[in-house]
Amino acid sequence: MNILLRLFTTFFKIGAFSFGGGYAMLTLLEEEVVQVNNWITSADFIDILAISEMTPGPIAINSATFIGYKVGGYVGASLATLGVVLPSFIIISIIFHSLHKFKNSPYVDWVFGGIRPVAFGLIAAAAVTIGKTALVDIKSILIAILLFYLVSFKKLNPILGVMLAGGLGIILY
Amino acid sequence: MIFNMFITFFKIGIFTFGGGYVMVAIIVDEVVDKKKWLTNDEMMDALAIAQATPGSMAVNTSIFIGYKLKGLRGAIVCLLGTVLPAFFIILIVATFFYRVRDNLILIKIFQGVRPAVVGLILSAVYKLMKKANFGYKALLVSIATVVVVVLLKVNPIWTIIGGAGGSVIINKIRRDKEKK
Repeated sequence: MNILLRLFTTFFKIGAFSFGGGYAMLTLLEEEVVQVNNWITSADFIDILAISEMTPGPIAINSATFIGYKVGGYVGASLATLGVVLPSFIIISIIFHSLHKFKNSPYVDWVFGGIRPVAFGLIAAAAVTIGKTALVDIKSILIAILLFYLVSFKKLNPILGVMLAGGLGIILY
Repeated sequence: MIFNMFITFFKIGIFTFGGGYVMVAIIVDEVVDKKKWLTNDEMMDALAIAQATPGSMAVNTSIFIGYKLKGLRGAIVCLLGTVLPAFFIILIVATFFYRVRDNLILIKIFQGVRPAVVGLILSAVYKLMKKANFGYKALLVSIATVVVVVLLKVNPIWTIIGGAGGSVIINKIRRDKEKK
């Protein structure tokens, strides 16, 4: 199969079957691009993850663009990125329209009533999971507390918060 | 409005280091707190749907918010705003600075940003929680979710299926009882 088409279908599959956010996606991503297709080596994969974390944006988009570029240049980057977001777009479109259609059904309220507290817990869980690797010393713990305090109670814009934290990183490390 | 939405999500896309969850924290701040495009409840629904569906959570959240605000056009615009900054920045990095991860300054910046991510996500949780009006039962479900995902390493999708299924069953039984 044409490699560009294969890039698109592979990332489409990754976008369609990875539940649980960007980090859950990494397992499937590694399997597809390193083991099944041999597009990049394991060492390159770890490099790409490090770069994805250090650049802005969702990790799924970063890694799709990077791997797409390595395999197929600019066209490859575009196709991989399109592939990884297209399932989201299709699925959310269907959900949005069905919600509109069934908005008077009690089942919709019940489902949301059940999912909301879980979705909430998942976001808190993400903070814990990231915290386990990010909070490595007293300086990092202080940065986390400072940012939580400034954004929650002092109305600091989170974007400025990210910049402030980057500046603190240069000074402290 | 459409243009304003694009600019807002593009700005969010440029400045969210540290992955999708930080992006969500910033979306909450911009879209709910500052611009008041969505209510707290609508944002919670968007987050619930984004996590119940496959793919990147930040991307799913943006598409849903876009639909809610301006239909199909809004969804496309918010998706592009979220994706394009990451796309172009990665292309620049991939073309010119492949060794970006060896850059000492960037490593230091990242060491500061990483713990900040934890603080930002927690402040999003705090802000949403304050306005959410959860009963103690819902709060218990949230805590149980954290425990199950963090300690037992269960895939998040099972907690969502469990939450939705449990809620439907409990409510159905309650309604059937009331009918009798």
